[in-house]
Amino acid sequence: MRSRAGPRSKAAPAGSPVGSWEHFPHGADVGVRGRGPSEAVAFEQVALAMIAITTNPMAIRPTDCVRVTCTAPDDELLLADWLNAILYEMATHRMVFGRFNVAIDGRVLHAELWGEPFDRARHEVGTEVKGATLTALLVGQGRDGQWTAQCVVDV
Amino acid sequence: MGMDSTRLARTGDTEWLIAPVGAMRVPAVIFADKALIDDMDDKVLEQICNVATLPGIVGAAYVMPDAHWGYGFPIGGVAAFDADAGGIVSAGGVGFDVSCGVRLVRTGLPAAAIMARQAELARALFDAIPAGLGSEGSIRLDDDQMDAMLTGGAAWAVGNGWGDPAELAYVEEQGRMAGADPGAVSLHAKTRQRREMGTLGSGNHYLEVQKVAELDDPTVAAAYGLAIGDAVISIHCGSRGLGHQIGTEYLREMAIEAARFGIALPDRELACAPIQSALGQRYLGAMCAAVNCALANRQIIDHLTRRVFRALFPDARLSLLYDVSHNTCKIEEHEVDGIQRRLHVHRKGATRAFGPGHPTLPEAFRPVGQPVLIGGSMGTGSYVLAGGGAASEHAFASACHGAGRRMSRHQAQRRWRGRKVIDSLAAEGVVVRSTSMRGIAEEAPGAYKDVSAVVDAAHRAGLARKVARLLPLVCIKG
Repeated sequence: MRSRAGPRSKAAPAGSPVGSWEHFPHGADVGVRGRGPSEAVAFEQVALAMIAITTNPMAIRPTDCVRVTCTAPDDELLLADWLNAILYEMATHRMVFGRFNVAIDGRVLHAELWGEPFDRARHEVGTEVKGATLTALLVGQGRDGQWTAQCVVDV
Repeated sequence: MGMDSTRLARTGDTEWLIAPVGAMRVPAVIFADKALIDDMDDKVLEQICNVATLPGIVGAAYVMPDAHWGYGFPIGGVAAFDADAGGIVSAGGVGFDVSCGVRLVRTGLPAAAIMARQAELARALFDAIPAGLGSEGSIRLDDDQMDAMLTGGAAWAVGNGWGDPAELAYVEEQGRMAGADPGAVSLHAKTRQRREMGTLGSGNHYLEVQKVAELDDPTVAAAYGLAIGDAVISIHCGSRGLGHQIGTEYLREMAIEAARFGIALPDRELACAPIQSALGQRYLGAMCAAVNCALANRQIIDHLTRRVFRALFPDARLSLLYDVSHNTCKIEEHEVDGIQRRLHVHRKGATRAFGPGHPTLPEAFRPVGQPVLIGGSMGTGSYVLAGGGAASEHAFASACHGAGRRMSRHQAQRRWRGRKVIDSLAAEGVVVRSTSMRGIAEEAPGAYKDVSAVVDAAHRAGLARKVARLLPLVCIKG
């Protein structure tokens, strides 16, 4: 995994095309799934699904930006790398992120993570995510053209 | 979906066999009674049969009574591999929370003393122990100190003044896992750990003050220094961000490299590498470092907890019973078909359970076997068992580690509200302090299987012997 955080910046981003996210059941852990009209949007949405385990993404102000880059040998490992890169940035910057701008070119992902420092007074306190696993790992496009990105994350 | 027991051959009251089929190299053995089998996720069967296909596996692939769907290995899975027979080491067979485990501390106080100052103690512990999302420890390690911690474990922590050297004998590996290689631990992993030394985490981690409510084996209980009505402290947590990052990185690398080693993974989640490969050795070095991180972490939290106790209870005589881990790969000698073999034993959500006479146990435990600490839920309490039942060598001296979940976190959130769970437990005399109401809902007692049923099955299966039951008085969660 190659993941690099760029400088934090303050400008607010434009909105992304519409997608959706959800959780799916897994015994001890949590399944996260994102859907959208493109692979990039599906990746943005599954990231929101993962954030929602930890805190309400709607309550996060997109004031600061962290940039990451991931490279992987296939789409599915790229998804795992993407989610794990977010977790790393959250842990090391002590931030939560509520908006993602993702661009995917082949097996290379560039993204902006927009959020703010975690504040227990304002942000709902959920559960820490330890890492994205390879369980139920899937990236694909359905017949309806919608992309799905999913995996189980360890809590 | 519950497990279909007609697919299993029942070989005993609490033992079920799946004979090798297809690519399985060894059988799979499940330790559970019929009720636990019926309640067990069918994915457990699929996963343990997959484990049984891995190269160099010895004996059988084992499932503990509290098993549930994991990733790669089922949680509650045990498998041993012979390095000289091309055996593998699997990051998925250890898990992300390397060396998550339980430490039990005796207080020398009666439970009544705790109850007299219950709310005050709960508040003081909640304030003193960093827990939950966004928490940070007060200890900051520079690069040299970080590597020293990764090499020294609990022994390093004690050397820095966070405990008593005499108690290291009562930590698995005497508080220091040999074979740790800080050079195999990435900068990312060390960076993630920088602010997390001495933190509890969240999810199913906890610090509980408990009372000894029942004794099943008074003789062993006496050897462990436990008596009815005693107050004890249980600390359940692991290797924090460092362990998680090591799990993440090596799981990925092993998944990519498996084909190069000629390992056909039935599922990518069983990512592994030959023990004798450079990757396998690097992972073992990093995993051992993560074990030391977990041991150091619990040692520090123990120290912070004792500080609170000494302030509130000047008469307290705090002493460590034992510290066990349940997500590890350890090199151990076991007899298999009459031959002593050196094996890499993976325990994923399973506890080591060395029996009487084992040479690595401290003197006090050699007559009775090591303590096996089983965390339950906030409602049903926890158990102390002793290693060395009739079947203990049958499963590489392993036992269960907890209650196991009955339902997903998602389902638990839909069924319960954190505030109501806390109020309900308060009505039963249990004070819960947590940073997360949502987390409490996910950890509601009803979300877990009955730990008593799990422990009974482990006892009947001969994996470990029941000694004492502990009930919670104060529960701190992240």
